[in-house]
Amino acid sequence: MVFGYAGKILRVDLTNRRFRVEDLNLELAKKYIGGRGLATKIFYDEVDPKVEPFSKENKVIIATGPLTGTSAPASGRYMVVTKSPLTGTIASSNSGGYFGAELKLAGYDMIILEGKSDRPVYILIDDDKVEIKDAGNLWGKLVSETTDFLKNIHGEKAKVLCIGPAGERLVKIAAVINDYDRAAGRSGIGAVIGSKNVKAIVVKGSNKVQFYDEERVKDVVSNKIKMLRENGITGQGLPTYGTAVLVNIINENGIFPVANFQKSYTEYADKISGETMAKDILVRKNPCYRCPIACGRWVRLKDGREVGGPEYETLWAFGADCNVYDIDAVAKANYLCNEYGLDTISTGATIAAAMELYEKGYIKDEDIKEDGLSLRFGDSDAIIGWTKKIGLREGFGDNMAEGSYRLCQKYGAVELSMTVKKQELPAYDPRGVQGHGLEYATSNRGGCHVRGYMISPEILGAPQKLDRFSLEGKAEWVKIFQDLTAVIDSLGLCLFTSFALSAKDYIELYNAVCGFDFNQETILEAGERIWNLERIFNLKAGIDPKEDKLPKRLLQEPIPEGPSKGHVHKLSDLLPKYYEVRGWDEKGYPKKETLIKLNIE
Amino acid sequence: MIKVKLFATLREGRQKEVVFDYFDGITGKYIIDMLDIKEDDVAIYLINGIDGKINDKLKDGDVVSIFPPVGGG
Repeated sequence: MVFGYAGKILRVDLTNRRFRVEDLNLELAKKYIGGRGLATKIFYDEVDPKVEPFSKENKVIIATGPLTGTSAPASGRYMVVTKSPLTGTIASSNSGGYFGAELKLAGYDMIILEGKSDRPVYILIDDDKVEIKDAGNLWGKLVSETTDFLKNIHGEKAKVLCIGPAGERLVKIAAVINDYDRAAGRSGIGAVIGSKNVKAIVVKGSNKVQFYDEERVKDVVSNKIKMLRENGITGQGLPTYGTAVLVNIINENGIFPVANFQKSYTEYADKISGETMAKDILVRKNPCYRCPIACGRWVRLKDGREVGGPEYETLWAFGADCNVYDIDAVAKANYLCNEYGLDTISTGATIAAAMELYEKGYIKDEDIKEDGLSLRFGDSDAIIGWTKKIGLREGFGDNMAEGSYRLCQKYGAVELSMTVKKQELPAYDPRGVQGHGLEYATSNRGGCHVRGYMISPEILGAPQKLDRFSLEGKAEWVKIFQDLTAVIDSLGLCLFTSFALSAKDYIELYNAVCGFDFNQETILEAGERIWNLERIFNLKAGIDPKEDKLPKRLLQEPIPEGPSKGHVHKLSDLLPKYYEVRGWDEKGYPKKETLIKLNIE
Repeated sequence: MIKVKLFATLREGRQKEVVFDYFDGITGKYIIDMLDIKEDDVAIYLINGIDGKINDKLKDGDVVSIFPPVGGG
């Protein structure tokens, strides 16, 4: 009897249109937990790190964790692991909604996609019945059209993961979308699935996850739900306003990047805030599987359509980063990202970089005259129009579809690309949050805020308040946050539970469900093992540790105004300490003894 | 003059911005009492965008931002 895990892996050979079901290696699963960790281990064992992301040798692993699809709170998460065409690093993009839980209930811990189909297909999974079906009629369709069509044929209960036109066209910032509006957003994973000619995966599951100790699980789960309800952030702030509640707080701290990080404070933030969203366009909450937090939003667009609403990161990327303070326009751009299958952070930030390239005279009027759109900061029509063109690789949008790094490189101005390892930075200016900047520089998937969310202690005061300008202890904090996040991502829970829960709580859940005996030390060691394995993959892929850096602007140009005025990021003071606490040498390579300690071959 | 900015649920039944006349010794504690905000509901308290304490004495012209527990990402 297998507890927590489904115990099966579905391996799909797209080249030969075959599949087989394999047993999960439980020893390996325990070592790497599941989800992000186990998928990384399997990917590392099976794929050459130097693989071309769009070649048939690259694989895509869609992985649930041992707690995905259980009664644990916010347990709808799954992870997509592959080699990223945007960064050249390992990609592991996480999403909520209902697809992940349904996959688990269909009896699979993960799907491994390998090879390449010679024509568009979708994969239909109905418990142990698996079919690879023709998707010629779906190629070119938007996400909602694809999802509606497949649910029409396979039933309302079917859960659909798919790519939009952006993934089909190998847009390097294309996302995978499930359940209409939840995105495994980052690192261009939608394009890898598109390169394999897979349009969608449809899943229906009727099994139940088995628990080692039913009674204990019931008690632990109700205790954790209570903790989430009683916590101010997960019980009140996020449920009432969604992630958008951050707009004002990040702006009030003067770390809300404006106009491609040229400034970090705006007097107009409230126009695109969670408070304004709740007052003007919110219809209702849009919760994920078994989530007591329910931060997802459902909003009304100006034309009356009701759709998934923008997250904080999106309100920033299309809003302040493009100097646009029009919540209707941002909600529309967000909707288009969901329909075309685009990462909202990278899309908005790439448009912002293009706007700076234009205003500085690199992009000329004649470059974009056929497009009929402006690239001026503050233009609401521009964010909507360019999003579509990026999704379709149309006109100048074809250049932007490569992401901001390659766009700026084309004009000889890479310093205007606000990226780390070619991935666009999210919505916090690290010049005013030193620990968070270290997390940006060292994240294994490039510019990213959810591998060790230092905003939590440095701004929000959870679990305790740290001085955001201080360097003291930050390397240690970043390491622990990164390791614990790897655990949460691998268990299949939402990271937002960590505002209220700590390592001890995750251990209680994991042990009760699986019958294991993890303690604080062994669970964090598993997180550290996952982190180091991702690092080794990247090193072998040819990512130089010198890429653990931030854009020059953030290191050399002090924030010009607002509450964080005068600050730069002090990465060179933080990085050596970080390497040391990680057990890496001074150049950033894991030391042999560290790998032996972590039992990594 | 002290400008006080309120956010999220603290706006319910109150204005977004309230102005207090400055007097020597005015603190955040005085302000939240006047606004009928419970101390427990103050999760983040900024004076001119920098973390402060509600018992810190304010200066004329300070801007105070008050948030209940909020998070996201």
